[in-house]
Amino acid sequence: MAKKQLYYEDVEAGSEITPLAKISTMLMAVKWAGSSGDFNPHHYDDAFAATQGTDGVITHGALKRAWLVNLITDWIGDEGWVKKFSCQYRALDRPRRMASMMTPQEGETWWCKGKVTNKYVEDDQHLVECEIWVENGKGEKTTPGNATVILPSRG
Amino acid sequence: MTQEGSIITDEMKALIGVEGTPTVLEVEKGAIRMMAEAIGDPNPLWQDEDYAKKTKYGGIIAPPVFLCSPRAGIARGVQRKSPFLRALAGGDELEYLKPVKLGDTITAVSRVTEYSEREGKRGKMLFTIIETTFKNQRDEVIVIGRSTYISY
Repeated sequence: MAKKQLYYEDVEAGSEITPLAKISTMLMAVKWAGSSGDFNPHHYDDAFAATQGTDGVITHGALKRAWLVNLITDWIGDEGWVKKFSCQYRALDRPRRMASMMTPQEGETWWCKGKVTNKYVEDDQHLVECEIWVENGKGEKTTPGNATVILPSRG
Repeated sequence: MTQEGSIITDEMKALIGVEGTPTVLEVEKGAIRMMAEAIGDPNPLWQDEDYAKKTKYGGIIAPPVFLCSPRAGIARGVQRKSPFLRALAGGDELEYLKPVKLGDTITAVSRVTEYSEREGKRGKMLFTIIETTFKNQRDEVIVIGRSTYISY
């Protein structure tokens, strides 16, 4: 798979990060639980989730964080480096139920998006600051965050 | 002294900064692949050895979120108290200093760094910040994570 490399000179404040679509499903929730070790039943067990005061099952915050990091690593390429990353789980998201073993029901699609807010050189590092977020199907930012990345320079 | 009506007790304050039991994780290819699949991230840098060999890392590295999980020891083994049974993740802050390479042995140590309380829709809420430091087998700090948990 050929990947394009992003350079410091390619971006300016306001530059858009190539958006990334994701679908939260019950299947993904279980896969994330298994791979991350976060087995909190709040993310896959309706009866338990009903006792949590959140109107049911919710998507793992850490999975939304992983989507946002995926957004960044796709964008910065192999020569780029995520130096700092933060996000807040401001609003709850709810996974799609499964229609078959592997296929989710129709429903919401989430978009990971972002834009460059600042760029500067410090200690020989070409740094780019970004605002990033996960948007739900209604266009609401449920998971806003910030990232600082190091990009290679054409020098 | 515990303030009148505060849910943050002296016992809780005494545990701030106390290091929890370390978690040791060997970075295996299958575990990286499972996480990449769970994210839906097909990046060959996490999975394809021939591809990864030609990058500046010289081999497979783990995606940046790999360590920031209970399995890798985030907030694990830490001494924490809460008067509530329910909790949600509030947010995360991460600093990445070095890559996590296939075959590394990572040790994670967590500690509570801060408690605070707020009045929310459902009554009092406790905010707990837990910091986790990850070191590799060369004792190099590779990732520092700060996670906020909201108990209610």
